[in-house]
Amino acid sequence: MESVLQFFYANKEAIFIIALTIFLGLEVISNVPSVLHTPLMSGANAISGVIIIGGIILVGHADLANLGEGSNLLNLILGIFALLFGTLNVIGGFVVTDRMLEMFKKKKK
Amino acid sequence: MTMDTLNITNGDIILEFIYLLSALLFVYGLKLLSSPDSARRGNLWAGAGMIMAMIATMVLHRNGEGEGIKGANLAIILGAIAFGGVIGAVVARRIKMTAMPQLVSFFNATGGAASALVALIEFSNPENQSGLVTLLGLIIGSIAFSGSMIAYGKLNGNVKDLFTKWLTYINLLILAGIVFLLLFILFGHAPAETKQTLVYILLAVSLIYGISFVIPIGGADMPVVISLLNSFTGIAAAMAGFIYQNQAMILGGIFVGAAGMILTLLMCKAMNRSLINVIIGAFGGGGAEGLDREKGIVKEISATDAAVMLNYSSKVVIVPGYGLAVAQAQHICSEMDELLEANGVEVKYAIHPVAGRMPGHMNVLLAEADVPYEKLVEMDEINPDMSKTDVVVVIGANDVVNPAALDDPSSPIYGMPIIRVHEAKNVIVMKRGMGKGYAAIENYLFYNDNTRMFFGSAKDSLQKLVSEIKAL
Repeated sequence: MESVLQFFYANKEAIFIIALTIFLGLEVISNVPSVLHTPLMSGANAISGVIIIGGIILVGHADLANLGEGSNLLNLILGIFALLFGTLNVIGGFVVTDRMLEMFKKKKK
Repeated sequence: MTMDTLNITNGDIILEFIYLLSALLFVYGLKLLSSPDSARRGNLWAGAGMIMAMIATMVLHRNGEGEGIKGANLAIILGAIAFGGVIGAVVARRIKMTAMPQLVSFFNATGGAASALVALIEFSNPENQSGLVTLLGLIIGSIAFSGSMIAYGKLNGNVKDLFTKWLTYINLLILAGIVFLLLFILFGHAPAETKQTLVYILLAVSLIYGISFVIPIGGADMPVVISLLNSFTGIAAAMAGFIYQNQAMILGGIFVGAAGMILTLLMCKAMNRSLINVIIGAFGGGGAEGLDREKGIVKEISATDAAVMLNYSSKVVIVPGYGLAVAQAQHICSEMDELLEANGVEVKYAIHPVAGRMPGHMNVLLAEADVPYEKLVEMDEINPDMSKTDVVVVIGANDVVNPAALDDPSSPIYGMPIIRVHEAKNVIVMKRGMGKGYAAIENYLFYNDNTRMFFGSAKDSLQKLVSEIKAL
């Protein structure tokens, strides 16, 4: 029990951010008309592609001079795949959402 | 933590400031996305936030030793982004709108895979002190990846539903295995090499869980699962954000996770089922058969009679279901709608929140066929008008119009909100045959006095109707 409390205290800032962000997410989304369910889901999906930042950091700081050491090469390759997947998620997600919304828009009389 | 001991440069401050701005743009973008008039701008703002964060990271990010990203590394990054970006943009532009549910699942899978890979690499990084979030990112990302790929396969028609009672227990076992592995890697005493091997096993088991968790879930529950997996991808990205103490990743990920969760619960509510119930897949597995009521006689209608009935009505409501999507009949449906409107008939569409295979599926399908979105009316708004409606045309929908949900407490779908088509003056049901719907329960709507059945594939039936209306 004590360790749980200590964990809370040590990570209080992160926990505050998480709690408030969850609340914000619920508030922003709660009254969406069903016509927008798909674009909203696909737009949110594109935002979760923010993992691409992790890919940039990983490949960005890979030690290219010593690829032979340890798992450097494997990590670089996996990192490039993470980047590729992340980009697919981000670019594909935003483009397809835009296409869907464009379709909704043009029918507005 | 090594950051504290280093001098903080202006670049670091600007980078954090840009991350804050990006996170705010994500929130602002999603806010705009929740209203029809501003949705497109919202998507662009969120995209702008993402591009800002990406460029700022490439230019300003420094590692624990205070080194920036070197030219050679940057070249690899830009190459990978260009390659992935072109493929993503081309696929997103070219794919048919009717394949939208699959595509959304596929993009979700790529996000999950990226998170799992980042977590996998970071686990072996000695500077990474946050074992718990790293492993959680690995588990959730892998489940989101393999689960979304199975969802993709199902929506594409490559993967069939597979349900046995066993699977529920197997899934619980796998889940217990994941928790055990997680705890052992975190707190157990073993050499680093053993733990590294266990991480690979954890990855494999999580991937298997994603498959076995989605595979038994039936078609009508897909909207719930797709938005749940969407939520997982967000959470996985946030976990990776904790590894780097990156606020844009944490905020963006948690925000998407929360938004996906609310959409998931919305879908569950529209089916009057709990999330646990959907995941365990008790639907159809129970013994509940519903009341054994006396059936009336099924009355068929000819294309000519149906055309006359529709053409001389003043209010017509179309209830589309998955059958419309399967038959690819949205264009011919829109054509019939235009013909009727030209003859002075008011045509509206009643959209059930879980009609189709993803949240908002019917809206996308009909928008593709140029149906103005003002004509698509949500269930709660159209139900009060049902008694004033002359003819309801049900196209490829079944459970969402089954009156047993209202008056038969023994029915498995009792309590689920439905479109009350049985209150309308006349109902025409387009169906391929007398087969039961997804929930495998009898629909007494089909035997009502004011219901007429129009058998055949939705596309053929609508085609016949259109020719008949034109001939009138």
